[in-house]
Amino acid sequence: MTFYDELVRLRNTDYAAEFERVTPSQVSSALAKTELQPQDFLALLSPKASSLLEEMAQAAHRLTLQHFGRTIVLYTPLYLSNYCINHCVYCGFNSANPILRRKLTLPEVELEAKAISQTGLQHVLILTGESRQHSPVSYIKECVAVLRKYFSSISIEIYPLSTEEYAELIAAGVDGLTIYQEVYDEKTYSRLHPGGPKRDYRFRLEAPERAGQARIRAINIGALLGLGQWRSEIFLAGMHLAYLQETFPEIESSISLPRMRPQFGDYRPEFPVSDRDLVQSILALRLFMPRAGITISTRERAELRDNLIQLGVTKMSAGSSTAIGGHTNAKDSIGQFEISDKRPVDEVRQTIANLGYKPVLKDWHDLN
Amino acid sequence: MEDKLNIGGRQVDSRLFMGTGKFADYRLMSEVIKASKAQVVTVALRRVDFGAPEENMLSYLPPDTILMPNTSGARNAAEAIRIARIAREAGCGNWVKIEVVSDQKYLLPDNFETIKAIEVLVKEGFVVLPYMSPDLMAAKRMAEAGAAAIMPLGAPIGTNRGLKTRELVQILISEIDLPIIVDAGIGRPSEAAEAMELGAAAVLVNTAIATADNPVLMAEAFAQAVEAGRKAFLSGPGSTQRFAQASSPLTGFLRNEESAST
Repeated sequence: MTFYDELVRLRNTDYAAEFERVTPSQVSSALAKTELQPQDFLALLSPKASSLLEEMAQAAHRLTLQHFGRTIVLYTPLYLSNYCINHCVYCGFNSANPILRRKLTLPEVELEAKAISQTGLQHVLILTGESRQHSPVSYIKECVAVLRKYFSSISIEIYPLSTEEYAELIAAGVDGLTIYQEVYDEKTYSRLHPGGPKRDYRFRLEAPERAGQARIRAINIGALLGLGQWRSEIFLAGMHLAYLQETFPEIESSISLPRMRPQFGDYRPEFPVSDRDLVQSILALRLFMPRAGITISTRERAELRDNLIQLGVTKMSAGSSTAIGGHTNAKDSIGQFEISDKRPVDEVRQTIANLGYKPVLKDWHDLN
Repeated sequence: MEDKLNIGGRQVDSRLFMGTGKFADYRLMSEVIKASKAQVVTVALRRVDFGAPEENMLSYLPPDTILMPNTSGARNAAEAIRIARIAREAGCGNWVKIEVVSDQKYLLPDNFETIKAIEVLVKEGFVVLPYMSPDLMAAKRMAEAGAAAIMPLGAPIGTNRGLKTRELVQILISEIDLPIIVDAGIGRPSEAAEAMELGAAAVLVNTAIATADNPVLMAEAFAQAVEAGRKAFLSGPGSTQRFAQASSPLTGFLRNEESAST
């Protein structure tokens, strides 16, 4: 039994109708509970709940303060390679896109590491496109060996691996996995992933469970907002998070809410998500999963990010670049998507501090 | 009256121990610790940034602080042991608060793995203070393994729900010949006082102080409550009664007999 089996059961629901059916009293009752059931989570994601955002925000703020205190953990992405054999229609690295393909050499990885390390950041998230030819697990391991000298926590956001491969990378020094299902609705998923190994919906969906079996320390999942109907996508992503927490209670689980950003190519999101929708999603997730981490990246603009800090967010990226070699010289490389919050790490740290929160640069210690 | 707490051969004046998580900044944390008069301060090794002095929370602690690194993030004995060793090698001293949590939903400690970690670390010369779910048999094993104190939780960590485990903590206080330090769950000064009146050797507080609107003032309140609770314990409070004791309605007639015979 995996989350796929639960998903098969969950998707026998007409979510549009379910969300419409929610009554104001169901929303109030969900808000009054200390432990929410899936039905309460659904109520908080409904159109009726959108008129109670302030009440939800007050509760989410209190819960976050209680469990995480006045702290925001910072990290930055480091793109290793943009070679990709997938055809995700919404992605700048789509194999059909005529962009310059390259991958960092190990000396270049070291230069990037030094540049990031000078900002004080200790948590790094490494990314590659899907190409077992250009960025095989062995290459990622070599990169990790270089990065360990500079960082206390290394997470990966790469193509889905087997349990053995995850174990190999964990032994090499990786402690966190980020993998987004992109879109939980399987029909939409098939349509948006017309070619490449990523077509395999189930292999991707079960990747966090394989990493869990390999005893990874932290898992971060998410849905790419804009690809599907956001209320049901957030609901299913939240159920996925709850499943992982239940199945692997020792793992630190968290969720990201990445909204589609302009990228190379002409895909435009079919289901745009407004700031208000994003806020409702964050609040509902916080109330449903009080101890889960919530991540907001530099996809969001500075002003919005600053406002989200009080609402339940616990982790943020800073000083990001989505280009290969972007922390040293990005000028000749096209990124995966456009960054919105372009503030340097120093400025993000200062702003968080001004808001009465502690920017945390180190929240893990390499035990290997 | 001298009333010092002795742990692992060290004399401690303040029976309020402080945690360092959840603070908005290290300068504030430093002020709060001063206001609390706490001498024993726990820090999560995972959060200690040894590289940058202004980011290293250790440089914000008062000079006479007894540092108690904790193994936050450890999921089993092996990881806790590893973290303890790293902390000692990094110059954090030989005290360690074992914290093994294999359940991120409730963050309840794993007593079994904790016992295994104590057995190893005590042999390596650590002064070991285990954070635990209050269970008498587990506490006995911990004492046998050489723990320097036992730190049962009052309620799940970060919940501010008070001394929910009162009955079980009371048993540990009666039965275990080691300082019992109530760790986690204490949300108000009155609850800290309650634990101390019960006979706890100390209490460890973090969330309740760090997330208060005025953490400095709250730290002072806790310091006073802990002191008051301790004094109450030492002074031997009168036992509580369910009924007023104005007379002895059932045995009063015996008094007549007594006065007749004299």
